[in-house]
Amino acid sequence: MGLSFYLHQAFAQHALIAAALISVACGLLGPFVVTRGAAFAVHGTAELAFTGAAAGLLISDDPVVGALVGSVVVATAIGLLGARTRERDSAIGVILAFGLGLGVLLLGHYDGFATEATNILFGYIYGVSTRQLLILLIIVAIVIVLTALMFRPLLFASVDPELAEARGVPVRLVGLLFLYLLAVTVTEAAQIVGTLLVLSLTITPAAAAQRLSARPAVVMSLSVIFAMLAADGGLVANLQHPTVKASVFVTFISFGLYVLARIASLLMRHSRVHPEPAEVHHH
Amino acid sequence: MAGDVAVSLRGATLRFGARVLWDGLDLDVRRGELVAVLGPNGAGKTSLIRVLLGLQPLTAGEVLVNGRPPRRGDHAIGYVPQQKGFDRDLPLRGTDLVRLGLDGHRWGPVRPSRDARRRVAAAIAAVGATGYADAPLGGLSGGEQQRLRIAQALLADPSVLLCDEPLLSLDLGHQQAVMTLIDRQRRERESAVLLVTHEINPILPLVDRVLYLVGGRSVVGTPDEVMTSEQLSDLYGAPVDVLRVRNRIVVVGAPDLEHDHLSGGHHHVEDELRTQRGLL
Repeated sequence: MGLSFYLHQAFAQHALIAAALISVACGLLGPFVVTRGAAFAVHGTAELAFTGAAAGLLISDDPVVGALVGSVVVATAIGLLGARTRERDSAIGVILAFGLGLGVLLLGHYDGFATEATNILFGYIYGVSTRQLLILLIIVAIVIVLTALMFRPLLFASVDPELAEARGVPVRLVGLLFLYLLAVTVTEAAQIVGTLLVLSLTITPAAAAQRLSARPAVVMSLSVIFAMLAADGGLVANLQHPTVKASVFVTFISFGLYVLARIASLLMRHSRVHPEPAEVHHH
Repeated sequence: MAGDVAVSLRGATLRFGARVLWDGLDLDVRRGELVAVLGPNGAGKTSLIRVLLGLQPLTAGEVLVNGRPPRRGDHAIGYVPQQKGFDRDLPLRGTDLVRLGLDGHRWGPVRPSRDARRRVAAAIAAVGATGYADAPLGGLSGGEQQRLRIAQALLADPSVLLCDEPLLSLDLGHQQAVMTLIDRQRRERESAVLLVTHEINPILPLVDRVLYLVGGRSVVGTPDEVMTSEQLSDLYGAPVDVLRVRNRIVVVGAPDLEHDHLSGGHHHVEDELRTQRGLL
């Protein structure tokens, strides 16, 4: 069964489209995650999505809705936790650890524990129906629209919160909105790579993009492209080598792109003549 | 118009719980005037700026900026926050930073605007930063970053300019460059300037008046009037000597004033502010 055969199958097409859509959302938000130092919050949200998925499975046999609810609840908690990084990260760690244990407990009550756990933790995107694809399309469209609407205030609040606040940007509100967008995106991304490896689509492509440019628009575009290469590339590789999980290929490609970006930026720096700082003129 | 009162405080009191920062502060700052705000860490200097920015309400008293109560996001006020070095990998250029000062607060998709680009370029040129405005911010020196900050603050031609420790950790050359820019805005555009600093000497030739805040008490006047042993001893409630050494003012014995600028007091204020803002 060759690759071209699989590519004609609906399940593979759906999966590839879903992966592309999710990559767009992850790629758009990734640079902000990096700038705001929210990587651990992303991880925490993803793991609590696992707990939500487990609860969703038990309650109504719907892990996705459960994951969504779980991640939104956690995003709210994190958003209200306030600001001091060390304090916040400890709180996230505490919630995360407890949440994971709770998730394992819940999932233990489910018949088929092992399979479901693997799917939630490591991703399984091949069951995406047309209806689910449509919902995903709507969700990603919302993420795109909202990100476009709040791009400037979000950028401002992320790089320069004091001045942004002085200029009338509602910094807390923007932060909270961002966390909600993140929660939704993380839940969707977890379907491909699983909750454990969500960072490979939200952080790594953005981190790679940042190595290559300082222009916000360019960074966001590169971030989306890298995420898509990793997600869809990973799926295609999995179709050709079904014994290895897709998330393995996704994380490897993602990391590979990051390494390439670092090498490229080192080369760029060495080849460019370092500009002299401007001379100070005394009047 | 030069001479008009741009900032006015009447009986201004600011209290955080049991801590009184100022009590019955009266101050008028006119356009074209440069007032230095001095005092030990935690005396409420940064809080004064926050009040004028509309971010902090007074506990009692009245404050007016250009004749109206302070509003958040008022573009008639330029603000240079206390310098924090930008992250080395921050995906932002100087041009982007200055542009944020223009329309970073606006929601909605970014529309390409030649006028905006022109204004940003002009502001950057006015501070002499054109050479490095397209380089990543994180790689620039403190002095270069600060110049871009000033371009950002002066972009809207503000009638009031608030600067929080603008010379912190800058070398002498950059300090002079920054002060030249601030002074030019004050003289040519007649902005009223309130400059918070812990060290008056770099700006002494430009200062019209000093506002000295210590533990809920304050005194306003020219440097000659305020920076005397009698005044400061009275303010601090402890013996303080003020010496003039070749046109420089040296303050000896003021509690908390002899620490370097990275002492705990500054961090406390910053932490308080960060907690209030809930930044993630």
